[in-house]
Amino acid sequence: MTDVTHDHASSTGISNVKLGMWAFLGSECLLFGGLISTYMLYRGRVTGGPRPSQIFDIPFTSVSSFILLMSSLTMVLAVSAAHKEDDRKINLWLTVTALLGATFVGGQVYEFTAFYKEGLGFSTSLFGSSFYTLTGFHGVHVTVGIIMLMSLVGILKRSKVPGKKAEVVEMIGLYWHFVDIVWIVIFTLVYLIPV
Amino acid sequence: MAIIERPAPTVPAVVTPTSTYGVLKRPVSATGWRSWVFTVDHKKIGIMYGATAMFFFIVGGVEALLIRLQLAAPNGKVLNADLYNQMFTMHATTMVFLFVMPMAAAFANYFVPLQIGARDVAFPRLNAFSFWALLFGGIFLNLAWFLGGAADGGWFMYAPNSGPVFSPTNGVDFWALGLQITGIASLAGAINLIITVLNMRAPGMSLMKMPIFTWMITVVQFLLLFAVPVITVALFLLSFQRNFGARFFDVAAGADPLLWQHLFWIFGHPEVYILILPSFGIISEVLPVFSRKPLFGYPFVVFSGAAIGFVGWGVWAHHMFASGLGPVSVAVFSLTTMAIAVPTGVKIINWTLTMWGGKLWFTTAMKFAIGLIVLFTVGGLSGVTHSVAPSDTQQTDTYYIVAHFHYVLFGGAVLGIFSGFYYWWPKVFGKMLNEKLGSWNFWLMIIGLNLTFGPMHILGLQGQPRRMYRWTEARAGEGFFNLAFWNMIASIGSFILTTGILMFLINVWVTWRNPKKAPLDPWDARSLEWMTTNPPKEHNFDVIPTVHHLDEFFHRKYEEDATTHTMKQVATAEELMAEQERNADKHIHMPSPSYWPIVLAFALPIITFGIIYSYLISVVGGVIVLFAAYGWALESSTAPDSDFENNTPGTALAIHD
Repeated sequence: MTDVTHDHASSTGISNVKLGMWAFLGSECLLFGGLISTYMLYRGRVTGGPRPSQIFDIPFTSVSSFILLMSSLTMVLAVSAAHKEDDRKINLWLTVTALLGATFVGGQVYEFTAFYKEGLGFSTSLFGSSFYTLTGFHGVHVTVGIIMLMSLVGILKRSKVPGKKAEVVEMIGLYWHFVDIVWIVIFTLVYLIPV
Repeated sequence: MAIIERPAPTVPAVVTPTSTYGVLKRPVSATGWRSWVFTVDHKKIGIMYGATAMFFFIVGGVEALLIRLQLAAPNGKVLNADLYNQMFTMHATTMVFLFVMPMAAAFANYFVPLQIGARDVAFPRLNAFSFWALLFGGIFLNLAWFLGGAADGGWFMYAPNSGPVFSPTNGVDFWALGLQITGIASLAGAINLIITVLNMRAPGMSLMKMPIFTWMITVVQFLLLFAVPVITVALFLLSFQRNFGARFFDVAAGADPLLWQHLFWIFGHPEVYILILPSFGIISEVLPVFSRKPLFGYPFVVFSGAAIGFVGWGVWAHHMFASGLGPVSVAVFSLTTMAIAVPTGVKIINWTLTMWGGKLWFTTAMKFAIGLIVLFTVGGLSGVTHSVAPSDTQQTDTYYIVAHFHYVLFGGAVLGIFSGFYYWWPKVFGKMLNEKLGSWNFWLMIIGLNLTFGPMHILGLQGQPRRMYRWTEARAGEGFFNLAFWNMIASIGSFILTTGILMFLINVWVTWRNPKKAPLDPWDARSLEWMTTNPPKEHNFDVIPTVHHLDEFFHRKYEEDATTHTMKQVATAEELMAEQERNADKHIHMPSPSYWPIVLAFALPIITFGIIYSYLISVVGGVIVLFAAYGWALESSTAPDSDFENNTPGTALAIHD
């Protein structure tokens, strides 16, 4: 059978979906690049409300950052299980990854709430607008990742995954690692480097 | 006498869907409107892109005519100031985002898979989604006309003028959110075409054996891939400010409105190459065919295209010379702007030398291609004058700028597109366009566009501002440089230009009613897309060709005579076609139609509509997105083998390969 889009040996040797994800992530770099630049331009501009140094809780965010980084490890374990076609372990590690991601997002929700109570609203200052936009975009990316991970677990259980299983797990893995790497940059620039 | 048995034609196998995805079984119609709305065939999607772009070309054209009517005489009364602002904003937005970009996407969609010997793109459903998102985004953008007025801040929508204080209607909201939707379409399309080109080339087709049009399209897709997210950020900042109370461009909060200008032009300058490079690709195909010579210096054309792609990222601030960037920035961006003229000049030399010594065949396609070389050069030269910052500072926001970018966009991009229409029409529709009407089409457009945009150089140097809604007799001046005279000429020119474009539509109409069937290879062409029927079969090629040469099709038709060193015809297109049909692949399973692309795309304007009016509507849109995403993910791109009807004529006895 000549299946037009899949079986046809690809010119690069990398599958279409994986290469497609790489291209998408390339584009995402510029998206976060723009958001990070905006934040870096505006982080010191506070005409009212708290300044960054007054509200950041570095130990708390460090812990949640650590949790997110650990989720990259479990994602690697899921991909490795997928290559070994060990379905039970794929499900286990995907679920753990999603839970760690959810913990991170939970931490972010808590952090946003705390900042809001301390007087930093979205419209309070340029710092507020750009901080919530940047970290919010990242949080949405993690959330989308969690939805993808949990959907994958569900689809795998009904063994309905279209295409090769390891390929799909790896593709979502790429996205997940990217989101983690972006957080390393954001955490460093936003939280660790003083204004 | 040998009996040559002609095999039954290969017919793609019929699909009978067995499973449902969500609540829908996958569509199967091969005829009627359903075969278009749910199609994933890159050729049908290409045609739909083309039709949509043509529609918006007419919309944008009417807007342009209204502008020229308003400016034809002093104290214009056709439009009031407010409507005039909306008109030029939407004219530019429509022409850039809803005409030239989708028209390039139309050509790219149709011809890239054919040129690289593939049967479809890498992600056929994503391709359909791109098209529908573009169409719905375009409609959404234009809805503003009926809902309180369209955007009125100019196509680059500078802050803080775009903020809620200075632009209180919903126009800018529709503009920003509509462009987000078309941006999603461009991004999805870019990923799709990049992967198609990287991964789905026919065996033997190395990158340097790829047709030049495909090369230029590839460069454009990379530009889109990295430029679109930058305007996405800018539009998000703008929408967040307008809809959620963010402060990004609020000077009272200490904001820097120049941030918008930087973000916009970091997108905006690669964007101008996104607009022009597809046309460069088209004429790089057309010129060799009608000069009966290979493209002169193919690697130079490829690498200068790629060089434009790179340097295009380092020139954005020449749009901002008047904003007070400081001498160092201005000097740097002046130099890079001069530098980018070099690869463009390389291309022009290559095209000229392609024609040099060739047996020129002046078809309409060829005339348009030559028209591009001449008029783009004019626009390119006025472009170089902009790199001289002191002079540019004088010209900023005058009609001189308007003259420049219409020469490069109309004289460049649009003429290239028309060249492509005449060159590829027989391939796409199996009918020839009328050459005589084509000639009228060409000459009226050339005269019209020079009369319209030529005088704008003078108007601009005389100081007529770019976006002034009317001018007065008292300030028109006297003699040769009289504004009244040149404005009138420009307005008359715009109607001649319109007549030229009408000639094209008449040509399409006439040749549709009384078609002249296109021969298999009407132009004695060179690249793979001509090695199929007109129009191509659903699966493009009966046999995926193995490529040995740049211009593979030409080299299958012609071989070099060892003694005379001239090219001698050894096969006709018909013979090559018959050979393909004899060896046709059997059981070709094409990607199957799907409901999900259009459903998913339709959810996008619902979400954006909700952002303007009520978040409840957005929630509905969000639910549709989730629903469609699951349907999409659970459905495989090609229906499972068990769904294919195996007893179709022509495939019954075949071996499963």
